Amino acid sequence: MSSFPLFSIAPAGRPDFTPGSEMPARAIFVNTLRASSLPMIVPASRLAVHPAPELVSSGIRELDALTGGLPRGCLSEICGPNSSGRTSLLLAALAAATQREEACALVDVSDSFDPESAALAGVSFERLLWVRCEQKQKSCDPHRHKAAEKTGKQMEGMVEQALRVTDLLLQSGGFGLVAINLADVPFKTVRRIPLASWFRFQRAVEHTPTVLLAITPEPCAQTCATLLLKMQSESLGDGRRSLVKKPSAFCSQLSVEKSFSDTQQQVDHGNTSHTQLLEGFHVHTEILRSRVQRKPARSVTAAFTTKAVRTG
Amino acid sequence: MPFACIFVPDLPVQALLRTEPELRSQAVVVLEGETPLQKVFAMNEHARRAGVDRGMTRLQVETCADLVLRTRSLLQEDAAHAALLDCVQSFSPQVEDVAPDTVVLDLAGLQTLFGPLPKIARDLAHRASQLCLECSVAVASNPDTAMLAARGFSGVTVIPQAKEAEQLGRLPMEILFAGKQDDAESEQLVETFQRWGIHYLRELAALPSVALSERLGERGVYLQKLARGETSRTLIPLEPPLNFQEAIELEHPLVLLEPLAFLLSQMLEQLCARLSSRALATQELRLELELQTGWQNDELVDRVERGEARQHFQRTLRIPVPILDSKTFLKLLQLDLKAHPPGAPITKMHLSAEPVRPRPAQNGLFLPPSPETEKLELTLARIAAVVGEDRVGSLQLLDTHRRDGFRMQHFAMPQLAAKPRANGNSHSQQNSDDLVTALRIFRPPVAVTVNVQDGRPTHIASHKKKEIDGTILWAAGPWRSSGDWWEQDGWARDEWDIAVQQEPGIAFYRLVRDLLSGRWLVEGSYD
Repeated sequence: MSSFPLFSIAPAGRPDFTPGSEMPARAIFVNTLRASSLPMIVPASRLAVHPAPELVSSGIRELDALTGGLPRGCLSEICGPNSSGRTSLLLAALAAATQREEACALVDVSDSFDPESAALAGVSFERLLWVRCEQKQKSCDPHRHKAAEKTGKQMEGMVEQALRVTDLLLQSGGFGLVAINLADVPFKTVRRIPLASWFRFQRAVEHTPTVLLAITPEPCAQTCATLLLKMQSESLGDGRRSLVKKPSAFCSQLSVEKSFSDTQQQVDHGNTSHTQLLEGFHVHTEILRSRVQRKPARSVTAAFTTKAVRTG
Repeated sequence: MPFACIFVPDLPVQALLRTEPELRSQAVVVLEGETPLQKVFAMNEHARRAGVDRGMTRLQVETCADLVLRTRSLLQEDAAHAALLDCVQSFSPQVEDVAPDTVVLDLAGLQTLFGPLPKIARDLAHRASQLCLECSVAVASNPDTAMLAARGFSGVTVIPQAKEAEQLGRLPMEILFAGKQDDAESEQLVETFQRWGIHYLRELAALPSVALSERLGERGVYLQKLARGETSRTLIPLEPPLNFQEAIELEHPLVLLEPLAFLLSQMLEQLCARLSSRALATQELRLELELQTGWQNDELVDRVERGEARQHFQRTLRIPVPILDSKTFLKLLQLDLKAHPPGAPITKMHLSAEPVRPRPAQNGLFLPPSPETEKLELTLARIAAVVGEDRVGSLQLLDTHRRDGFRMQHFAMPQLAAKPRANGNSHSQQNSDDLVTALRIFRPPVAVTVNVQDGRPTHIASHKKKEIDGTILWAAGPWRSSGDWWEQDGWARDEWDIAVQQEPGIAFYRLVRDLLSGRWLVEGSYD
């Protein structure tokens, strides 16, 4: 890298730093920068000031206390394994947005949206645009067509559809929340989404009041996501043993003990399955990245509980 | 304000004579009804002098010599009426269509354009005669007087102001009830006046008003005012039917969509300009295309009946709110034709718009953001082209306990109430206790094999989703539900909530046993 003197003997007509000069050093420095042959240097005073994004409620008090809310005009990513509470958070965010009388859009890659759960969560359907991606199968066998697995190629096609639809929705504008649900898509397919797509989404939503929410199995958007949350349930990996040996520890995840009417605390694997009830999840959330507020040195987490409600 | 009335006597006869002018000098009778029960409906003056009267049977009329008999034609009467309206509308826009043979027009402000009132009346009569309609024209200071004068006096009559009673006094009483011969009340009044010896309008005008009102009520007073020429009312102007259509007949059949789009663009611009000139908008466009099939007529009819060919192709575009942007309409039509192509070359195009009042919309500073209607419709059309028409929209839950009981409908933003926007962090925040555990649905449900021990599932295996395989650590259920047993497609099922160990952790699924088929299915996962 070539170096160049910052203070040098200036040509005639240009400011010069010489000992004993009465010009203040700052003025000399600024004038030198202006006169220098380095136009790419922008003084810090001229850098654009980016205001902090407006935060809106996610619908979960504990999560809002942790993150301040979901930022408008930014991409937020929620990742986690199956049964970690991602979809519950998504429904809570949709309910909060529709209750604010904002138009919302859900790009459902694997067509897994449950209207009954959403209705119980408080989502207003007249303000929710639901886009159901599906790759039509070209098979002559009707039975195979009926229960066929979504192969890798079909998944890629559906992801491609979802990206195109998300592009159209963001260009249209006017939506308070746009959510793209990639939770059921295998990670090997999701990570093939080019970073340019995430960057394009982030640029499209910038300076708009739209909250862009992506639900993924693992972090994919990398630095394009302003807020990255990881969801998990407690006692992961050890749950089975906990169930057998320490049922109380496992039950903190299931809250099964709440359903017991007697003093028995152990999970009974006998004939009493009809007396047990899935009451809900105890969800653990961790901020992996947040450009909204300065992330403290240690990981910041929050926990909240969801309640299972039976329908039908 | 002066008014003019044009009256066409014996309109059914004159309507027929427009196409047979050589019969004008002969006695013409118009018959109505089914043979052999036809009766006289109208006649011209020659036939009247020959002794023909309304209501006579065909047999009676045929006994008279030198009579020309014709059957009534409603089509020709409508055409004559339309010609009469065209004639008067060329003079004044304020026209009231009183009866098929009577039209009243407002002459206010026309004297500077067309000359004095007698000239205007003569011009009206002349214009009508050019349309083969012999009529009587009368001008007076109020519409009712002009009508009475046109019906009572033949030719052109101009009644100066304040001379109405004097001019109308010569007319017989029957003129007040012209066109209402079948009205029972009118017949009774005529009979009453005849009993009183009142035969002319001047006699009616001379009667004391109080005594007349005591005997005949308000109707009698009104008839007296008519006889005196003292009534005053405003015209009920004729509103022409709004018809917004554009059509193009092509010299060479169109095969590609691009030139079709070019022609559609021109037609849409014309339609939107016409709608805009009347301060209207539209929310429904109908496109009809005539296709070139290449078959002969008989063969075409056969193929159309068998459903193998279609000569006409129609698409209707409906938008939830009225808009008036030709570019948006063009884009929507293009997307629609791309999704539903005509399938044959196009020989003729017809585009029509349903006019409606535009919806005023005012954005507020404190209203939440919402998509613009035109942009939203275009976006929905583009998304439908990607995922399919029935895969995008809002959903509506159906009143059923059956699984997946919902239907998709077109997405349209509801009207926003103009109330201050609430703080986003206040009422929308939920307590932890209110948070619902969501279910992710597998569509279609995943067929699994389940080992059952003591009535409880213990192991699950799936060929399609390997991650579901494993020992069931915990199970809750069964909960039985059923429904629609009174229908052909009844359902009955047992539901279980199960926990299965997976690599990243424990996952929770809803396991269903279809009691009718005995199959085990995993319906979804709790997340």
